[in-house]
Parts: sequence; structure tokens; C-alpha cells
Amino acid sequence: MTAIRIEGLQKTYGGVRAVDGLNLTVEEGAVFGFLGPNGAGKTTTIRMLTRLAHPSGGKAWVAGAELGQGTSVAHRIGYLPEEPAFYGWMSPLEFLDHVGRLFGLAPAERKARCAELLDLAGLSQVRKRRIAGFSRGMRQRLGLAQALVNRPEVLLLDEPVSALDPAGRKEVLEMIEGLRGKCTVFMSTHILADVERVCDTVGIINHGKLIVEARQEELLARYTLPAFELECDPGCEGRLRAWADGLSGRYPWLTKASVEGCVVRLLVKDVNEARRDLLPEVARADLALRRYEMVTPSLEDVFLRLVKDGEAVKS
Amino acid sequence: MNLYTALRKELMEQWRTSRLLVVAAVLLVFGLTSPLLAKYTPELLKLIPGADQFAGLVPKPTILDAVAQYVKNIGQFGVLLAILVSMGSLAVEKERGTAALMLVKPLPRGSFLAAKFLALAISFGVALALAALAGYYYTLVLFGPLDWGAWLALNGLMGLEMLVYVALTMLFSTLLRSQAAAAGLGLGCILVLSLVGSLPTLGDAMPDKLVSWGASLFTGQALPAWGAVWVSGGIILAALLAAWLAFRRQEL
Repeated sequence: MTAIRIEGLQKTYGGVRAVDGLNLTVEEGAVFGFLGPNGAGKTTTIRMLTRLAHPSGGKAWVAGAELGQGTSVAHRIGYLPEEPAFYGWMSPLEFLDHVGRLFGLAPAERKARCAELLDLAGLSQVRKRRIAGFSRGMRQRLGLAQALVNRPEVLLLDEPVSALDPAGRKEVLEMIEGLRGKCTVFMSTHILADVERVCDTVGIINHGKLIVEARQEELLARYTLPAFELECDPGCEGRLRAWADGLSGRYPWLTKASVEGCVVRLLVKDVNEARRDLLPEVARADLALRRYEMVTPSLEDVFLRLVKDGEAVKS
Repeated sequence: MNLYTALRKELMEQWRTSRLLVVAAVLLVFGLTSPLLAKYTPELLKLIPGADQFAGLVPKPTILDAVAQYVKNIGQFGVLLAILVSMGSLAVEKERGTAALMLVKPLPRGSFLAAKFLALAISFGVALALAALAGYYYTLVLFGPLDWGAWLALNGLMGLEMLVYVALTMLFSTLLRSQAAAAGLGLGCILVLSLVGSLPTLGDAMPDKLVSWGASLFTGQALPAWGAVWVSGGIILAALLAAWLAFRRQEL
């Protein structure tokens, strides 16, 4: 079953195409990481899926209901904006109760659901305090709680942790991880570590277009190349750069060499050949080697490769 | 159902943010002090150095002076309050993002708007009722009894005029993201409606004639302005309809 289907979705602001013919499918039950650099079109896409913005073209279905066809999908989705805003004069209990009333929950069910969600968000102790005095982390947890009041089929989260400190991020990510299997989560972010941690499927968007969409392990297998990292003593940065530049073109197994300070990172096609040639090369160049290792490729490598280098298109 | 939920929240907000209290306090103060001012203006003049010579020229205050003072104070400050309290009704929720968070839920935009207008109407109704009671009581003590029916009609007409400005300012608050700009346009409407109100024939149907009609009920020479009642009702409905039409397609 498909929870979200997007076909040729477009959004234009003046002459700028924020979303440019986006195609995307999210399967039911997935925790989908919608990844992209700032300004890629992530928030605009989510705003269209929640009907807060109107598409300039294309179609989209959320929880089976097509956008703009008059079918209300509000009962079946949950939404957390990047910086959720609340009525500061309310307490979290009052806010969740208000949301429960909007969803038409009966009093007893509303009371139980509020208590359950306050507990989940770790806000039970402050349930009667005014939201105005809440920290950003508390607001974000309350934001997630309010998005879950109606037990949504599809949960749309816009950068749910990007504004939080490490402790706050950990708390909110744990809440999201806890939703696996309970609903479909569509989470936009530009923080790769968060995607690696909680998402099983990833879609990478840039300039309003989807670059790639796949399960995380499939993506890593498809797009990551083995890499070697070599670190030399401080002071030999210039020689290291010249050495790395000299490697390019001489060895067919080398895909890319990048130098940052005293560290050179080499993306290779053939691990065995690279292993055979690299150390003799270092010895010939008389570089004072401090560290030499083969590194595990990360989603960050894939992301940078796909977004920054523009090497791949959706296959 | 959701209109009721939204209205419940709006009324709670009016109460908890002290907006209702401020509106009620301001109108109550003017309701209480208007008959007092009318009664003691000659005495106050005697206390001002240099002005005491004119005190004898001021005629003995009557019950009509108390009504006139009440109409002047409540009429002017009621309209100003209507603009100030309504200016942020939509603009602030759009700017802060609470509108986006709430309207993703099963809350139709029409209900969201209607709840805001109804809550403001209830707040002004309660505040005006308190002012009317206080004004009636002090007028009774200082001057004698007022005609209850005329007093009720006067306050109803003043309330209708306030709602005209509530609806217009809500419309501007819907169209704009700045509450200051909404207030500015609301104040501009006072000027425009007053200017049109000074025109012959057309002026008789403008909202400011509501108060003139209400005041005239105590003079024995009532100047009915049914046209102003219909036009005011029409302005309220048109402003709310325009706000809904704009808001239902607005991106948040």
C-alpha cells in the first residue's frame, strides 16, 4: 500500500520553481527521510501535502486522498512544522485537549489520550504550566504529541530536530523511532545522521527535484565507493596536496581525491589495487604518515556525491 | 461542533490574555464616569484658576447631558477598542504559525474566522452591558431614572457600530500579515465612514448615524436611521464574507 504518492508536483513563486516536477512514493509503514540541502523544496512539499500551500501543477495523494479534490484528509494526518507555534497562555494539557476536541474525541478518550501523549513527550510533570515558558525541546516534543492526538495514518514532520541541541535531538528522535510500525512517517531534514539513525527509506531532493529514492541500505550499496584516508604530520599539507594531485590520472582505480588539512581522502573503485599501490606511493613521496585506514562509507558521502557533485540521476 | 470548539478557545483566550478584562474595564470606567463628569463639570470648572468666571455660564446639567457624555465616551473609545482588539485576530496567528498548525486539523477556515468574530462580539457585548448597567445606575443616582427601552436601544446601536469596526479590522487582519497595518486601515475606515456620513442622504445610512439615533431617543425627537442599521449589518456581513473568501485560498 502507498501512503504518499506524488506525481509531477510543482510549486512556483514568481519565477522561482521551489518544487519542480517532483515524483515520489512512500510505502505504508515506512519512516521516510526526505533529505535535501536548505532551499531544496522540502518544506514547500510538506506544506502542499498538508494543504497549507497550493500546488502550481501535478498531483499528490496522502492517505489515499488526492490533494485539492475536496476530500478532507485532516482526520488521517498529523503535522509538525519546523518551529511549532502554540498558544502561550495554554498549558500543554489544555492544548492537547483542544486538539482532541477538534478531532471529535469523546471526553473520556480525550482525557486518556492527553495523559498518554504527555507521558510520551515527557511533559506530564509540567502539564499545567504555561507553554510560553517552555524550552525549544519541550515545544518540539509537545509539537510531536499534538501531531499524534488522532493516531494519524501519515505523520508529516518538517525538520523535527534541526533547531534542537543534542539532548533535545536525542529525545525527539527516540520518539520518532518509537512510531515505527504505528504509522507512516515522512520526515524532512538536512541532518544526515538523523536520517541514518531513524529512517528506513530515503529520498534526496535538490532544486525541487528528486535525485534518488531508495531504502537506506540499498542507497549505500548503490552509491557509496570504498574510501581510504591518510593522515600526515602537520606541516606537510602542501606536499600532501601535490601528492594527491599527482595520483589523479595515474591510477585508474582512483575516482576522487580530496585534501583537508593533513588528511587526504581517496575514493576508489578497486580496493585491492588501491591497497597494493597506495603505501609504495606514500613511501616514494617520503610523507610522514600518521594514520592509514579504509573508511566505511556513510550516507553523508552519498548525499554529498549526489547533491554537490550532481553525479547521479534517479535510476 | 468545531465552531463551538474554536469559539471555546477564543473565549478562553479573551479571558486568559486579559483582553476581555481590558475592554470591560475601559468601557466600565467610561460608563461610570460619564454621568459623573456631566454632573460635576460646573464644579470642576470652578476649581480651574481663570476658568471659574465661566462656571456661571454653564447651564445646570440635566439627564440629557449625562446621556450625551456617555454616548461621546463609549462611542469613541468603543470604536477605538474594537480596532485595537481585532487588529491581531488573524494577522498574529498567521505570523506566529498557530493558524497553520490548527488549520491542518479538521477545523474549517470559515469556523476559524466565525469563532473569532463571535468571541469578539461576545466580549464587546459583555463589556458594553457592564458599562450600560454602570452608566444607568450613576445616572439614576445623580439625575433620575432613564427610559430603559431607550437605554437598551442606545447601547444596542452603539454595539452594532463597534461590530462594524470589528468586522472591518478582522478583514484587514485577514488580508495582511501585519496587525499594525490592519489597525491603520481600521482607523482609516473611521475617517472614510465619517466623511461619507457627512454627505447629504447617503450620510444618513452610515454607521455613525446609529449613535445619533440612539442619543435622539432621549430628546423626544427621535431620528430613526434604519438605513444605517441595514448598511451596518451589510458591512459586517460583507467584511466577514470577504475575509472568508480571501482566507479560504490563502497559503499559510
